[in-house]
Amino acid sequence: MLDVAVKTQRHTGANVLRWATSHPSNVLASLALVGLLCWLVVPLAGWLVLDARWTGATAQACREAGGACWAFVAEKHRLILFGTYPFEEQWRPALASALLIALLVISGLRQFWRPWLGAAWALGLAAAALLMWGGVVGLSHVEDMRWGGLPITLMLSIFGIVGAFPLGILLALGRRSRMPVIRAMSVVYIELIRGVPLISLLFMASVMLPLFLPEGLVIDKLLRAQIAVILFAAAYIAETVRGGLQSLPKGQYEGAESLGLSYWQQMRGIILPQALKTVIPPLVSTFIALFKDTSLVAIIGIFDLSLTAKAALADPSWAGFAVEAYLFISVIYFVFCYGISRYSKALELRLSEGRQH
Amino acid sequence: MRRRERSLAWSNPNVRAVVYQVVAVFAVATLVWFLIDNTLRNLASRHIATGFGFLSSPAGFEIGEAPIDYSSADSYGRAILVGLLNTLRVAGIGILLASVLGAVIGISRLSPNWILRHLAAGYVEAVRNTPLLLQLLLWYAVVSENLPGPRDALHPLPGVLLSNRGLNVPALAGASVDWFLLGLLAACVASIGLSHWARRQHERTGRNRSVWASATALMVLMPGAAWLLSGGDIRIDLPRLEGFGIEGGWSLSPELFALLAGLVLYTAGFIAEIVRAGIQSIKKGQWEAAGSLGLSRARTLRLIVLPQALRVIVPPLTSQYLNLVKNSSLAVAVGYRDVVSVVNTTLNQTGQAIEGILIIMGVYLTVSLSIALVMNWYNNRIAVVER
Repeated sequence: MLDVAVKTQRHTGANVLRWATSHPSNVLASLALVGLLCWLVVPLAGWLVLDARWTGATAQACREAGGACWAFVAEKHRLILFGTYPFEEQWRPALASALLIALLVISGLRQFWRPWLGAAWALGLAAAALLMWGGVVGLSHVEDMRWGGLPITLMLSIFGIVGAFPLGILLALGRRSRMPVIRAMSVVYIELIRGVPLISLLFMASVMLPLFLPEGLVIDKLLRAQIAVILFAAAYIAETVRGGLQSLPKGQYEGAESLGLSYWQQMRGIILPQALKTVIPPLVSTFIALFKDTSLVAIIGIFDLSLTAKAALADPSWAGFAVEAYLFISVIYFVFCYGISRYSKALELRLSEGRQH
Repeated sequence: MRRRERSLAWSNPNVRAVVYQVVAVFAVATLVWFLIDNTLRNLASRHIATGFGFLSSPAGFEIGEAPIDYSSADSYGRAILVGLLNTLRVAGIGILLASVLGAVIGISRLSPNWILRHLAAGYVEAVRNTPLLLQLLLWYAVVSENLPGPRDALHPLPGVLLSNRGLNVPALAGASVDWFLLGLLAACVASIGLSHWARRQHERTGRNRSVWASATALMVLMPGAAWLLSGGDIRIDLPRLEGFGIEGGWSLSPELFALLAGLVLYTAGFIAEIVRAGIQSIKKGQWEAAGSLGLSRARTLRLIVLPQALRVIVPPLTSQYLNLVKNSSLAVAVGYRDVVSVVNTTLNQTGQAIEGILIIMGVYLTVSLSIALVMNWYNNRIAVVER
C-alpha cells in the first residue's frame, strides 16, 4: 500500500490484474472506477462513433441519427482549415503549412543542427510568406484578409517565436545588466507584460496601435496581432533565458572577462551558447503555450482555426454542430502540442545525458 | 595621476555605462513623445475625448449577471465595478475549485491503482494540450446546444433544474439568511482558531486535545443562535418554471458555468502536474520511515509528505493562480460579463480606447500583485528555516 507507483514497471495484463486485486479497498476502488468509466464512456462512444454520420449525409439526416455529425466536418473542413482563401488556390496555404511544419520537424532532429539551419529557416519562412501572398512567379495575389485557419495559427506562432527570441534575449541580458536604467526598463517591461492577459495586448494592438501611428501609416490587422504576440512572447522568453543565465556558474562569467573579451563577445561566444542550451526544454514549452495562445486572436477578429470553426458554424443549414467543429480543431491542436511536448521530454533526457550532475 | 587621466575617457567602463544609459533614456523618451504626439493628433482629428470623465456618464447597456444592483441608467464607472466583481467572483471560485481538483488529480497520478493513475494522466494530457479558448467554447456549446429548454429541464437531483438557461439549485431565502451565514462563517473561523490552539498545545505539552466535539458544537450552535436571534425566518426557495424562464433558487448561468468549468478543469491539469512534481521531490526515505512507524499511505501523505512538498509546490502554484486570473479575461468569448467584456463595450461606445485599456491593465496588475503578495507571504511562512 505504501509503494508510490514506479513508472518503469511493465504494464502487462497480469500486472494490472494483480494491482487491481491486491487489496480489498483497491478492488472496490477499481470496480467503482470501471463502473464510472462504463457509465461515461459507453454513451460517449455511442455518440462519437456508433451513431455518428461520417460522410455524405445532409444536416437533417445527421440530426435524425442523433450521433456526432462528422459529415459536417467533411463538408466544411476546407473552410475550417484554410478560411476564405480562394478555393482553387488552396494548395498554396496547404503547401505553406506543410513547409512550416517540415521546418519545425527538421529543427528538432539533432543531425540537422548545423549552421545552414538558420539559412534554411530564413528561406523557408520567406517561401511560406511568398506562397501565401502571391503576386509574383505567376501566383495570383491574395490579400491577408482572406487568409485563415491552420496557416494563420502556424505563422502567428512561428513568426512570433522567431521574432520574440532576439528581443527576449536582449531583455534577459538587460535585466541582469549592471546599469540601473537599463535594468529598470527591462524589469518594467517584463513585469508589465507578464502581469496583463494577452487579450488586453491584442485589444491594444487592434484598437490603440492605429492611434499611435502617424496619419497615413496603416498597418494591417494581422501584422498588428503578430506584433502583439511577439511583444507578449518576448517577456516570457526573457524570464526563461534569465533562468538559464542565472544557472551558469559564476566562473564562466569571470573566465570570459579575464580573457579580455568585450561584453558582446563574452555573451555571443561563451555565456549565451551554454545558457540557451540549458533552457531548451522550457523554451519548447513556451512555444507550446504560444501555439495555444494564438487562438486568442479569434477574439479580435482574425481568422485562426477557432474563428474559422465559428464561421463554419454560422451556416444556417448546418446549425447546431458546434461540438463536432470544436472537437475537430481540438484534435488538431492536441496532435501538435502533444507531439511537441513528447519531443521536448525526449530532448530533455538526451541533453541531460552529457551533463555533469 | 593615472586615475584622473582615465576619468572621462571612453575606455572607462563607468563613462560608457553612463553614456549608454543617457542614450537609452533619450531614445525611449523620444519614442514616447512621438507616440503621444501622434495619439493626441489622431484623437483630436477623430473628435474623441480624452480623460476619465466618461466614467460618470450613463452606460446605456445591461449586464445580465451583476452581484450588486445595476441598471442601464447607471454610470460607466458602476458598470466597470460590476465587471470587476464578476472577475473577482470567477477568480475566487476558480482558484478554490482548481486547487482542490488539481491536488486530487495530482495525488491520483501517483496512485498504485493502475486505472486511476492512467485516467488522471489522460485527463492532464488532454487539458494541457488544447487551448483554453477552445475548451471554453466546447463547454459553452455543450451547455447551450445539448441541454433542453426550461420547459423540459432535467432534474438530476430533487429541486435542481438543469437547462440551457443554466443550473438552478434551491437556495435559502428570508430575513435571517445573512445572519445565519455570518454565524456559519464565524463558527468556521472559530473552529480553525481552535485547531491552531490545540496544535500549539500539543507541540508545547505533548497532550492531544480532540477538537472534533467542540468544533461540531460550534458549527451547530453559532449559526443556530444567529438564526434564532434574528427572528427564525428561513425558508428554502425552490427553482420552478414560471412563464418562459425559471424563477427562484440560486442560478448559475450557462456562461458562468462554461467559464468556470473550462478554467477550473484547465488550471487543475497544470496544478496536478505541480503537485505531482512536489510529491515526487520528497525522498523515498520519508515514505519508508513513515511506513516503519506504521502510518497508512493516506496519513503519510497528509502528515509527512504534503507539508514538505508544499515548499516545492507553492512558487509554481502562485504563477498558476495568476494565470487563472489572467485567463478569466477569456470570459468575453463566452459572453460572461467580466471586466474585460464590460470595458470592451465601453470602449466601443465611447471610443476612448486608451483609457479603457489602461483600466484593464490596471485592474489585472493590481489583482496579480495582490495574489503574488499573499502567496509570497505564505511561501515565506512555510519556508525551510535553515539553522
